[in-house]
Amino acid sequence: MVAIRNEKCLVNSMVLLRLFIGWHFLYEGIIKLYNPDWTSYGYLASAQGPFRPFFIWMTNDSMIGMADWGNKIALVFVGLTLLLGIFEKWGAIVGALLLALYYLAHPSFPWVDQLNVEGSYWFVNKNLIELVACVVIYQMPTSRYFGLQRIFSKKEVMTHTK
Amino acid sequence: MKFTRRDALKGLGGIPLMGAVWWAGAANTVAEKKERSAILEQLNIQPSLPSAVPGIGGNPIRIGIIGFGIRGEQLCRALGFATNEWKEEMRLAAEEDPKHTALADFEAQDKLNVQLAGICDIFDYQANKALNSFNTPDNKMERFRTFQEMNRSGKVDAVVIATPDHWHAPMAIDALENNIHVYLEKPMTHTVEETYRLREAARNSKAVFQLGHQHRQTLSFQTAKDIIQKGTIGHVSLIQTNTNRNDDNGAWMYDIHPDASPQTIDWDMFLGSAPKVPFNKNHFFRWRKWWSYGSGLSGDLLSHDYDRLNCVLNMGIPDSVMASGGIYTHRDGRNVPDVLQVNMEYPNFNTGSSQPKGKEKGMTFVYSATLGNGFNRPTILMGHDGTLELGNQLTIWPDGGSTRYTDMIEAKKMNPGVPIYQYNPGASTPDGVASATSQYFADKGLMWTYINGARVDSTFLHMREWLSSARNGGKVSCGIQEGFEEAISSHMAGLSYKLGRRIEWDSEQEQLKPIEGIDFDEALLASM
Ligand SMILES: NC(=O)c1ccc[n+]([C@@H]2O[C@H](COP(=O)([O-])OP(=O)(O)OC[C@H]3O[C@@H](n4cnc5c(N)ncnc54)[C@H](O)[C@@H]3O)[C@@H](O)[C@H]2O)c1
Repeated sequence: MVAIRNEKCLVNSMVLLRLFIGWHFLYEGIIKLYNPDWTSYGYLASAQGPFRPFFIWMTNDSMIGMADWGNKIALVFVGLTLLLGIFEKWGAIVGALLLALYYLAHPSFPWVDQLNVEGSYWFVNKNLIELVACVVIYQMPTSRYFGLQRIFSKKEVMTHTK
Repeated sequence: MKFTRRDALKGLGGIPLMGAVWWAGAANTVAEKKERSAILEQLNIQPSLPSAVPGIGGNPIRIGIIGFGIRGEQLCRALGFATNEWKEEMRLAAEEDPKHTALADFEAQDKLNVQLAGICDIFDYQANKALNSFNTPDNKMERFRTFQEMNRSGKVDAVVIATPDHWHAPMAIDALENNIHVYLEKPMTHTVEETYRLREAARNSKAVFQLGHQHRQTLSFQTAKDIIQKGTIGHVSLIQTNTNRNDDNGAWMYDIHPDASPQTIDWDMFLGSAPKVPFNKNHFFRWRKWWSYGSGLSGDLLSHDYDRLNCVLNMGIPDSVMASGGIYTHRDGRNVPDVLQVNMEYPNFNTGSSQPKGKEKGMTFVYSATLGNGFNRPTILMGHDGTLELGNQLTIWPDGGSTRYTDMIEAKKMNPGVPIYQYNPGASTPDGVASATSQYFADKGLMWTYINGARVDSTFLHMREWLSSARNGGKVSCGIQEGFEEAISSHMAGLSYKLGRRIEWDSEQEQLKPIEGIDFDEALLASM
């Protein structure tokens, strides 16, 4: 299908992409984890676009605690899997889902008010791009090359050959 | 296969990265938090808690309502009585928008031990509306043709007065002379002379008098008091309060009811002391637009803003007032201004100083109003060390030139553009506020306050305090002294506008400094 001229270079670039996305998620998660005052309330309450009612529903008293913790745990999970290189496929899926939620809460549709955004976007914004990057990571896992998975799979191979 | 050094490097390489990111995130967040709590500790601001009032024991307090118009209906709801029409309207509103919680809030309100025993409204439609909803087997209610009759009937212990301004003092004085407790709507009086008579009546009466400045119950104002007393923003030299409205309702163009006619309205009782004019629906429903019955911006809205600050600063009556303005946005036959600027001078007032003794003293209170633009200008208190934005929420910014915070600002621990304190008790309560005008009042802390995160009608708290004091004794928040200060200050603004002169207060003699050839009350009532 595609001819890859330098496979090594591609794998290294993929590792870099995975590490940077993991880095970004982990930092976002840690910042929220260590700040007891953080809440997703404002982000959800100001949601725009067709799914607004769903996000508003998440702000009610019984949901908001779950939304906050779910977000924190998911961010850290994605961060750890991608940075450490283990269960990276799961990390990529959760990451893509999170980003889809972020995108849908404040979609860059031209007919929707753009609240608190830096930069200018028309349908495609940075969340959407990072989402696609997660999909690529899912397609091209690299943890057997760089990551804990390398150690585990080696062990497996070693025990098998024994 | 062998486990090589290369394997270890590539297998574990993510761990130090993880450690670095984790450490950076945690360290930054914790450091920021520490810095914030260090600032907060230094500021040591104590958010106020609601004061507990003793309950109303014994027989229900029998209340008479005088004036059951827009405000009268709201006051009855605060007492626990809503008309069937209102309930139906709110039920429909909630059906349409689940965030519309007016009915649910009303039903959740604590019950007060009161009976609505009397209604006195000179418009048959309004009086009947009250009877239809409130005269029930549980609550016997009777209509009285005049307030004098009701005050002498022996059937009411207390009255709530929500009539046009020119009726406030005569009605309150009559009740107090009969030892009937009074909850009187603002502005307290319509002329300078009756302000003294009402004060006399309140002092001599056994009954409890409360003026209807419900924002005194708003917790953010009580917290603001603590902020000022602790010298958080230093010496306040300028206060800016504003009215910004840009709709006909906000300019007092209220609806004219189709049932209104000389047959359904006791016109002479409406006029009272006002000049005799033929029956006029415009005057009856939109009385705020004429000096004969109301006092325009100075009495209707400045009085709120003045008292909001008087309750925080206790600054009293200004030494002098200068005002100007005109009728620029609603040239519809009204004679009160719709654009008004008032400067009140307090040359001897001081909120405490972080600078050498004697350097700072004196303050100007500015009220700036237009009924032709709705841009939201918040209330701000401008001190040498900081700026306080006052409303249902409070925000404090440090000042770049502050003496108190010099070190913190130099060390970059404070930044003049970033608030050092924010008080937002309702942060997690979404509001479903209906109209622009009600948002205007809500922002000013005139509609509700937050107790433990729940929204509570401040008028309910204000009336409960009044009733508790009537039954159990104890002080009210807005008694006759506070009312006297509000009334005189508002009248000084109105007079200065009308006369185009500086109006001065003699605090020793407790009277306006006379101006030769001028009768103040005549000037105040004149239809210029
Ligand atoms: N504290 C607040 O936030 C607040 C808010 C709104 C109004 N107010 C005050 O409430 C008062 C009433 O305002 P409103 O908007 O309800 O006016 P309104 O015109 O809607 O109501 C006045 C009512 O008084 C009745 N009335 C007039 N003369 C009477 C008399 N001699 N005897 C008995 N009834 C008489 C009228 O029939 C009418 O029903 C004003 O003084 C206003 O300043 C205070």
